[in-house]
Amino acid sequence: MAFTLKFAGALAGSVLLASAAMAQGYPDRSISMVVPFAAGGPTDTVARLVAEKMSADLGQQVIVENVGGAGGTLGAGNVAAAEADGYTILLHHIGMATSATLYRNLAYKPLEAFEYVGLVTEVPMTIVARKDFEPADMAALVTYVKANADTLTMANAGIGAASHLCGMLFMQALEAPIVTVPYKGTGPAMTDLLGGQVDLMCDQTTNTTEQIKGGTIKGYAVTSPARLDIFPDLPTVGEAGLGSMEVGIWHGVYAPKGTPAEAVERLTASLQVALADPGIATAMAELGTAPSPAADVTPAALQAKLEGEIARWKPIIEAAGVYAD
Amino acid sequence: MDLISNLTLGFATAGTPENLLFCLIGVILGTLIGVLPGIGATATIAMLLPITFQLEPVSSLIMLAGIYYGAQYGGSTTAILINMPGESSSAVTAIDGYQMARKGKAGTALAVAALGSFFAGTVATLLVAIFAPPLTIIALKFGAAEYFSLMLLGLVSAIALAHGSILKALAMVVLGLLLGMVGTDIYTGTPRFTFGITAYADGLNFVALAVGVFGIAEILKNLEGDQDRSVLTTKLGSLWPSRLDLRRMVAPMLRGTALGSALGILPGGGAILASFASYTVEKRLSKTPEEFGHGAIEGVAGPESANNAGAQTSFIPLLTLGIPANPVMALMVGAMIIQGVVPGPNVAAEQPALFWGIIASMWIGNLMLIVLNLPLIGLWVKLLKVPYHILFPVIMAFCSIGVYSVNVNVYDLYAVAGFGLMGYVLMKLRCEPAPLLLGFVLGPMLEENLRRAMILGRGDPTTFLTRPISATLLVMTLIVLVVVLLPQVRKKRAEVFSESD
Repeated sequence: MAFTLKFAGALAGSVLLASAAMAQGYPDRSISMVVPFAAGGPTDTVARLVAEKMSADLGQQVIVENVGGAGGTLGAGNVAAAEADGYTILLHHIGMATSATLYRNLAYKPLEAFEYVGLVTEVPMTIVARKDFEPADMAALVTYVKANADTLTMANAGIGAASHLCGMLFMQALEAPIVTVPYKGTGPAMTDLLGGQVDLMCDQTTNTTEQIKGGTIKGYAVTSPARLDIFPDLPTVGEAGLGSMEVGIWHGVYAPKGTPAEAVERLTASLQVALADPGIATAMAELGTAPSPAADVTPAALQAKLEGEIARWKPIIEAAGVYAD
Repeated sequence: MDLISNLTLGFATAGTPENLLFCLIGVILGTLIGVLPGIGATATIAMLLPITFQLEPVSSLIMLAGIYYGAQYGGSTTAILINMPGESSSAVTAIDGYQMARKGKAGTALAVAALGSFFAGTVATLLVAIFAPPLTIIALKFGAAEYFSLMLLGLVSAIALAHGSILKALAMVVLGLLLGMVGTDIYTGTPRFTFGITAYADGLNFVALAVGVFGIAEILKNLEGDQDRSVLTTKLGSLWPSRLDLRRMVAPMLRGTALGSALGILPGGGAILASFASYTVEKRLSKTPEEFGHGAIEGVAGPESANNAGAQTSFIPLLTLGIPANPVMALMVGAMIIQGVVPGPNVAAEQPALFWGIIASMWIGNLMLIVLNLPLIGLWVKLLKVPYHILFPVIMAFCSIGVYSVNVNVYDLYAVAGFGLMGYVLMKLRCEPAPLLLGFVLGPMLEENLRRAMILGRGDPTTFLTRPISATLLVMTLIVLVVVLLPQVRKKRAEVFSESD
C-alpha cells in the first residue's frame, strides 16, 4: 500500500514536471502529424515533404500517420478528439472546408474544433481531356462543351475529391450539365482518361503534370490566377472568361482546440522555416505548386481561408445536391 | 539490341554493392513481415518511407519493391502453416497449403510455393522488361464494361467449379457480396450497412475479414479438443518435395504464371483474380479434383505462381503510366515524388538507370528470396512444434497488431473478432470461406464497373456486347456455364461431391 502511494506520488510529480517543462521544452518527444488520406497520395506527399523539414527544425521527429477514410473526416475527427498537448497535429486540405457542407453530421465542428497553425501550399488544378479530344485550345473547348454537353463525360476521384469540386465549378461556369463518372480515387480515374474511356477531368497538377508533359492527355487551362511556369502555354481560367472557377487545393496545418499557445507558436515558426527551405520549393515546383508565402503561414491566414472557403462552397454543394452521407 | 543494352544498364545499376544490400534488406524485411500474420507490406512501407529519404532514389525504390515481393513470399508461409492469409492472394494458398501442412507435408508445401514463386517471378520480370509498353496499351483498352465482364467470368467460374455443395458455395458468394457492400456508395455518397459507424464508411477491411474467417476460426476449432492439435504438431514428414511432387507442379506452375502475368497488368485489381482463377483452372484440369481442398499440390503451385507473376507485372502500369495498381504501388509513387522523380509516361526515357535498375532488381530480389527461403523452410516448420497453448496467443496478438496497423482503426479489430466467430459457425456448417472472400473482393468491383459502364453507355446495356473484349469475355462466361450444365460434366461433378463430403 505504502509503495502504491509512493508510486502515485512520483507519478503525479512527474506529470507536474512534464507540464512545467512544456513551456520551455516543447517539443521533447516526437510529434504525430495525421494525414486524413492514404499514404502515397498528393496530400500525403505534401505532408511528408513538410514533416521532414519540420523535424530538422524542431529537433524531434514529426511522424506522418495516415488515417484515411470517409473523405478525410475520420482523421480530422481523430485529431479533434486527441489530447491538446501539441504532439498530435493535422495536415488537411480544402476538404476541411467542403466537408462542413458535404457531411451533415460530422463528429466535430470544423470551425470550433481546431487551433490554426498555418497554410502550407495551394496546388493549382488543370482542366484536361483524353489525348484525342477534338477542341484544339481552351476557347474551342468552351464552345465545344456548351454545344455537346449531353454527349460528354467527366471523371472525378469520388464525392468530395478535388476533381469533383473542380468539376462542379466547371459545369457551373459553363452552364453545361455533363455526365459525371465517379471513381475510387485518382489512379483509376486517370487510367480511364488515358485509355480514352472518359472525355474530361479537372485535377490537381500533382496528378496531371507528368501526363500532360508526356502527351498522354491534353491540357487546356490552369485554375490559378496566373499562368504556371511549368505550363507557360496553358491559359488561366480567368483568361478564358471563367474567372468564377479559379480554385486551388489549399493545405493547412491544425492542432486540437486548447493546444497551448506556446506550442502552436513553435509549430507555426517551424512550418515557416520548413516552407522557406529551398529544397521544398524545388520539390513542390516539380509537382506544379509552390510553398505558401510566409505571410500566409500564420494562424490568422489559415482561419480566414477556412471561414471564407466554407462560405464559398456551401451554396455550390447545396445547388449540386450531393452529400457524402 | 536495345533490350540487351537496357538490361545491362539495369543489372549494372542494381548490381552495385550498395543496391544489392538494400535489395537484400528489402526482401528480408518483406519476408519477415509477410510471415507475421496480418502485418502487410502497405503498413511496413508506410513506416519505412521516412528512412528512404536519405537514400538514392534507385536504392530506396529497390528496397521498397523488395519489401513488396518479399511479403508475397512470406505471406504464403503463414497461410500454409497456420491457415492465416495476410492478403487476398494467399487466401487461396491457405486452402490446400494448410491441408498439406496438416498431413505432415508443410515442408513440401512451402518448397512448392517458393519454387513456383521464383519461376513465376523470373518469367514475369522478363515480360516486364520486353513487353511493358505494348502490354500497357492492352491494359488501357480495359474500360468499365470489360472489367465487369471479366469479374463476371471470374465469379461464375468460381461458383461453377466450387468444391462441396453448389448451394452452399452460392450462399457464401452472396454473403461475400453483401459484406462487400458495406461502406459509402461511390456514386451517390450514401452509406450502406454502416449502422452510422463512421469507421465503416470505407467498407470492411479485407485483412480483418480474411484473418477472421480463416485464421481465428481455425484457432477456435483447434481449441475444441486435443486430437486435432497433436495431429498438426507431431507429423512433420519430409521437408522436400519428392520427384513425383515436382512433376505434378510443373504444369500448374506454367499455367499459373501465364494467368498471373496476364491479369497482373490490369490496373483495376486484375491481379486479385489471378490466384482464384488459377485455382479454379487447376481443379478443372486435374484428373483427381477430389484432392482439392484436401491438400492437392497443384492447388498450391498454381495460385502461388499466379500470385507472384501478378505481383511483378502489376509494376507495369506504375512504370509505364505512373499509375499505381494497388496501395503498395501508391506508396512507391509517393516515395518517388519525395525523391524528386515524378512517375509518369516519361520515366523510362528520362531515368533509364532507375527504370531498368528496378526491373533488374526484381529478378535479383527473387533470386535472393529463394536462396533465403529454401533453407528457412526447416525453421518455419519447426514453429509447428511450439506447443499450441503458446503458439495460439502469439498468433492472435500478432494478428491484432497487424490488422490494427493497416488503418489504425479499432473497429477493424471488432471485425476480426466478429468474423472469427462467424468463420467458426460456417466451418461447423461445412461452408467454405474461400467463395465468401471471392464475393467480398469481386462484388464491389462488379457493382462499381457495372454502374460505371451503364453511366458511360448512357444506360444502354448493349454496351457490354458491342465492345469486342467485353463480348468475348461474356461468351467465355457462357461457355463455362454450358460446360457445367452439360449432363456428362454434371455426372462428374456429382462424383466429385460424393467423394469430398
